[in-house]
Amino acid sequence: MEPLMALAIGLLYATAIFMMLRRSIVKLVIGLLLLSNGANLLIFTTAGMTRGAPPLIPEGMMQPLGDVADPLPQAVVLTAIVIAFGVLAFAVVLIRRAYEIVKADDLDKMKDTDT
Amino acid sequence: MQFAVLMGFVLAASSPLLNRWFGERTSLLLALFPALIAGWLLSQAPLVFSEGPQLLEWEWVPSLGISLTFLLDGLSLLFGLLITVIGTCVLIYAGGYLKGHHDIARFHLALVAFMASMLGLVLADGLLTLFIFWELTSITSYLLIGFNHTDIEARKSARQGLFVTVAGGLALMAGLVLLGVASGSWSLYEILQSDDDLRQHALYTPLLICLLLGAFTKSAQFPFHFWLPNAMAAPTPVSAYLHSATMVKAGIYLLARLQPELGGTGMWVTVLSVVGATTMLTGAFLAIHHTNIKKLLAYSTIMALGTLTMLLGIGSDYAMTAFVTFLLAHSMYKGALFMVAGILDHETGTKDVTAMGGLRSVMPVTAVIAFIAALSLSGMPPLFGFIGKELMLEAALGAERVQLLLVLFAFLAAILTIAVAAVIALRPFYGARHETPKTPHEAPLSMLIGPGLLAFGSLALGLAPAMLGADAMLTSAATAVSGGALPVSLSLWYGVNVALIMSVVSLILGFLLFKRWDSVRGQLARLAPVMRYGPEAGYEGLMNGIVRFSEWQTRLLQNGYMRNYILVMLVVLIALIGNSILLRHSPQLALTLDVRFHEVIVVATMAMGALFATISRSRLGAVVSVGIMGFSIALIFILFSAPDLGITQLLVETMTVILLVLVLFRLPRFSNLSTNLERIRDGSVAATMGVLIFLLIMTAWSIDQFETISTYMVENSAPLAHGRNIVNVILVDYRALDTLGEMFVLALAAIGVIAMLKLRHGETEGKAVDGEKASVKEPYDG
Repeated sequence: MEPLMALAIGLLYATAIFMMLRRSIVKLVIGLLLLSNGANLLIFTTAGMTRGAPPLIPEGMMQPLGDVADPLPQAVVLTAIVIAFGVLAFAVVLIRRAYEIVKADDLDKMKDTDT
Repeated sequence: MQFAVLMGFVLAASSPLLNRWFGERTSLLLALFPALIAGWLLSQAPLVFSEGPQLLEWEWVPSLGISLTFLLDGLSLLFGLLITVIGTCVLIYAGGYLKGHHDIARFHLALVAFMASMLGLVLADGLLTLFIFWELTSITSYLLIGFNHTDIEARKSARQGLFVTVAGGLALMAGLVLLGVASGSWSLYEILQSDDDLRQHALYTPLLICLLLGAFTKSAQFPFHFWLPNAMAAPTPVSAYLHSATMVKAGIYLLARLQPELGGTGMWVTVLSVVGATTMLTGAFLAIHHTNIKKLLAYSTIMALGTLTMLLGIGSDYAMTAFVTFLLAHSMYKGALFMVAGILDHETGTKDVTAMGGLRSVMPVTAVIAFIAALSLSGMPPLFGFIGKELMLEAALGAERVQLLLVLFAFLAAILTIAVAAVIALRPFYGARHETPKTPHEAPLSMLIGPGLLAFGSLALGLAPAMLGADAMLTSAATAVSGGALPVSLSLWYGVNVALIMSVVSLILGFLLFKRWDSVRGQLARLAPVMRYGPEAGYEGLMNGIVRFSEWQTRLLQNGYMRNYILVMLVVLIALIGNSILLRHSPQLALTLDVRFHEVIVVATMAMGALFATISRSRLGAVVSVGIMGFSIALIFILFSAPDLGITQLLVETMTVILLVLVLFRLPRFSNLSTNLERIRDGSVAATMGVLIFLLIMTAWSIDQFETISTYMVENSAPLAHGRNIVNVILVDYRALDTLGEMFVLALAAIGVIAMLKLRHGETEGKAVDGEKASVKEPYDG
């Protein structure tokens, strides 16, 4: 499974970077979104992928049954998902605001500090 | 001693206040400080003479083993006395010279701070303490050269002096660290006492090169001599003090200090003698080009500094005796001559000696002082300078290496120096009176005390060196420099020998040169086109080059195009990571594909979503594709044992899509702004990065550097943290602070979003009132 995921993550990164290199600001946002998902999957995958063994402890027991998936990367990714959303919301509003003021959707036209 | 040095800085800091309270008497008051220290040093002298070096230790940062230790031996005593005695003279003199200057407080501040730094430098025992004081002298020197900060030349010269000495300071730091590593001690005293022979050490050559660079730049040795004449932009008391008597001798001091430990090798002897002799001749030769009295003196100072370096290089007992004698003699007469130059400038309003003449009648005292000091400079008996010069010639005659060159250079330099001395002593005071910008009067007493003391000191020491304790002082200093006992017994008459004959011949030739000085100068002016290609041109070229280079690279790297920044970062990243992966780890590409059909479908859907988001030509299409990708990821999380992640991803993805759809139509349309070529370039960078990430993941599995910490978390989740969902326990318990931070980030993002939305409302209203563009803007409803 992991090699397949590795390929998919590589693709996510490639698409994300391609979009971030565009001059259109909306494409930049899409690139940001793709990149954060790629990074989340990267962390998730590098810890190893386990089927059907969530890190839960059954009622009345002190240890989980058998080997479970590594909980640490899951916790890290969980944090990352939420943060990525916060960043995205901020970026979207920022870009909208910039567009309103500069009236340009071309990043190259936003290179001056004065508008 | 620590007290004295630190007190100096306190005094410097309080000098603006003192100036406010005491007005014009502040100079005299401040002069008490070096005078008191000089007294203290003298009181310590018998102890040093009889019992050798004294260590004064003061714990500074005991936990780090850093202590502020001062070392008082013959050499530091001699330097300390020079600094304090000449410092006293200069402070009194400055009171007259800068009388009524609106910025005299700033002058006092920098000068007293310099004095304290210089004292610290020559008394420091720790290598790093020495370095700190060394740099402090560079900085205070910078402030003093640039004292007239409204003058562009002064600022330029100050910067030049700073660049040259601080660049040397960097080398010095490296050299001192190497010295500390090589010797295993950071204390000069211990290094000098230890039996280890550093000359045999593997680091000897690099550390010597670094130390020499530091010393040569500070002491204006060829080819770094050019900053010193430019430093004459400073007020004359500064030139007299820093740029002749004390600071420029810091490099010499360092070399003398380390001579017992590092000196005597072939490299040391050759480099120091040749560089010293070259500097000596260059300084003397360039001096006679100039008619500006301060430049004349500056070049003659370079000549003296070269002489001192040469003597250290020769390294014989004779040379050491000559070194300490010449050092003392030079500091005294050169200090006096600079102050005379200041008096002439102050009274006549010009620095050009050819514009002065016949001042003897109006300024008799100054004329006498100048005459005595210049006699000492030219090395005439019975002055102290004569003894110094005789010993110097004798030492050059006795040199073991490159003897012929040294003797020739020393002889030529002596002729030129005599001409310079004659120009200074005779030209302004004899001959016909010239009209000068100001009508000259005799200088006030405060300006005559300092130079007078130094000039008559030269005379007294020459007449009776033994009586005045100079012998004992110089014995102690020479002992410190040579590393073994070296009794010095000076006298004016050593009998008729080669050195004396050379002296007499150079005297005659020098006087002839003085007589024909005006025409010689005319001849020399023809050399001007060649002289332009000196080391200073190299310095200018380097500086301009640095500026041009930084302009070029700023234009290249800081061009304001975000995609260029990203591209640069990516290319660097690809080069670094790719290099590391390919060279140091061979990625495991043995694909063991253990996949189920539905998993392949989910991953493929996700990949399709991402791809389609990239190629879609409409905003809505891209958002839908991104949504599909996000939901597929949620499925992957759920399939692979991460239910919490799956739930969160589902929620967040839903909100993302809603957010994008809501805002989407207020955003600009997708536009194709790039050319095909740019797209191919970006595409290949992106594809390379994708491949790299793939390889990175494949490599990551094969590397297991640390034991996982999640075992502990799994084992203790229920017993200690009382939670059954281990991921949740990690978030709220083990890594609770992370989660708190996350909440802060979200709160900040939310505040940012609100702020930007609110801001927009305010602006719309404001614009609506102005009636400008209000109709263009759509009202915001979300």
